[in-house]
Amino acid sequence: MSKIHVNSTINGDTVEFLCEADETLLDVLRDRLNLTGAKEGCGTGDCGACSVTINGRLVASCLVLGAEAEGSEIETVEGIGAPDALHPLQRQLLEHAALQCGICTPGIIVAAKALLVQNPDPSEEDVRYWLAGNLCRCTGYDKIIRAVLAAAAEMRGENP
Amino acid sequence: MRYVVAKDSRDAVALLGETAGARVLAGGTDLLVQMKLSETGPALLVDIKRIPGMGDIIEEEGGFRIGAAVSGAEMGAHAALKAQWPGVVEAVELIGSAQVQGRATMVGNLCNASPAADSVPAMLAAAALARIEGPEGVRDVPVVELLAGPGKLHLADAELITSIFLPARVPQSADAYLRFIPRTEMDIAVVGAAVSLELDENGVIKAARVALGAVAPTARLVPEAENALVGTKLDASALAACAAASSAACAPIDDKRGTVEYRTKVAGVMATRAAKIAYIRAGGTL
Ligand SMILES: Cc1cc2nc3c(=O)[nH]c(=O)nc-3n(C[C@H](O)[C@H](O)[C@H](O)COP(=O)(O)OP(=O)(O)OC[C@H]3O[C@@H](n4cnc5c(N)ncnc54)[C@H](O)[C@@H]3O)c2cc1C
Ligand code: FES
Ligand code: FES
Repeated sequence: MSKIHVNSTINGDTVEFLCEADETLLDVLRDRLNLTGAKEGCGTGDCGACSVTINGRLVASCLVLGAEAEGSEIETVEGIGAPDALHPLQRQLLEHAALQCGICTPGIIVAAKALLVQNPDPSEEDVRYWLAGNLCRCTGYDKIIRAVLAAAAEMRGENP
Repeated sequence: MRYVVAKDSRDAVALLGETAGARVLAGGTDLLVQMKLSETGPALLVDIKRIPGMGDIIEEEGGFRIGAAVSGAEMGAHAALKAQWPGVVEAVELIGSAQVQGRATMVGNLCNASPAADSVPAMLAAAALARIEGPEGVRDVPVVELLAGPGKLHLADAELITSIFLPARVPQSADAYLRFIPRTEMDIAVVGAAVSLELDENGVIKAARVALGAVAPTARLVPEAENALVGTKLDASALAACAAASSAACAPIDDKRGTVEYRTKVAGVMATRAAKIAYIRAGGTL
């Protein structure tokens, strides 16, 4: 069975890859492109650990086929911040001790960033609803919510 | 399995007709989960998202035509659609998480044909029409006439739905959708209720449509509940009659989410609450 040839842009770089028809974007990212930031928590759309954006839209990459990414712009957690220049979300998650095992964290960062693009000043309720599809079995969520609100305030230029 | 991008709807119909076991791929939020959980996947996926027009919401004859590839997030961001059909949009927005909203379509929700699908009661209350294209041509069918049973629609081989039409509204009309789930987000409806009302200048209900989800093999309209509301200003006795008729229309399953008795009772409560929201949205005062 011949593979499908896909052209896409990932974190600003032009990326071409070959994939099987039934291969998910998550598997392509992790197993073919070595972008292992997105995690497979469930594979069925429930946990959000595989969150990425496609053309700016937040999606679960386990519910997208690699082939569907043709011509799309994809952003993964690898495209957010850098080790010596953390994104405010990343820094605030650390400062709030909002992660333990860290499996959910890449998905939380990608999802929260997508929220802040469309709503720079979310209420606590907005953040809780938006992140309802990002499961965390360690933290109890509260610190994550506070970290996202603090990052939003920081990005609006407000003093904490 | 093969994956093909359909160029237009005729191409999609041809592809569906050629290959046994071919399936339409819209947002994939049901289909990819089902593929993951089953041993044998479809032989062919026909991706309809790149068909020109399929991703559009257009105003038509005072109403809205919503393409089969429009995601929930796109419906939620459409202010004019939301103003005219707030109940349909709120039902679609209840589907899954922000991640699921980025992909899931209203037509996919209909075609997956879960008895608990959130958008379906709202489409019934809205008297929505589905535009269907197949080997025999194009036809428009009320959504209610398509519902055949759990996982089943009255669609012929190689047919697909290309859009949903939500009709024009008269002034002083509105709809609402409510579902009951044991938590506040990310769960499957125990009961869903949609109500659409038209009021006269005195706030008297001229026309009503009431639909229930998750309480029978398919979503259903409840004419007795509609009759209970018409001619009233939603007084206590009208609400009580609407609740009783809604409960009487239930033939639910018993499962971990809700017993038969519970679903039957809650259906009446949800229908009256949705009626109150629709009434206030339509400009009525309670
Ligand atoms: C985590 C999660 C949470 C969810 N929560 C909810 C919820 O709260 N409420 C709810 O109702 N649903 C929920 N769902 C189910 C699902 O997201 C919805 O049913 C969604 O609307 C399906 O749309 P889709 O575009 O993704 O469909 P797809 O998966 O692409 O398709 C679904 C089915 O319809 C067929 N189909 C799709 N489009 C057409 C067409 N145009 N013509 C003919 N056939 C077609 C496909 O072949 C397939 O059989 C959830 C799913 C997940 C993964
Ligand atoms: S791995 Fe995609 S949502 Fe869980
Ligand atoms: S930190 Fe472990 S799942 Fe969230």
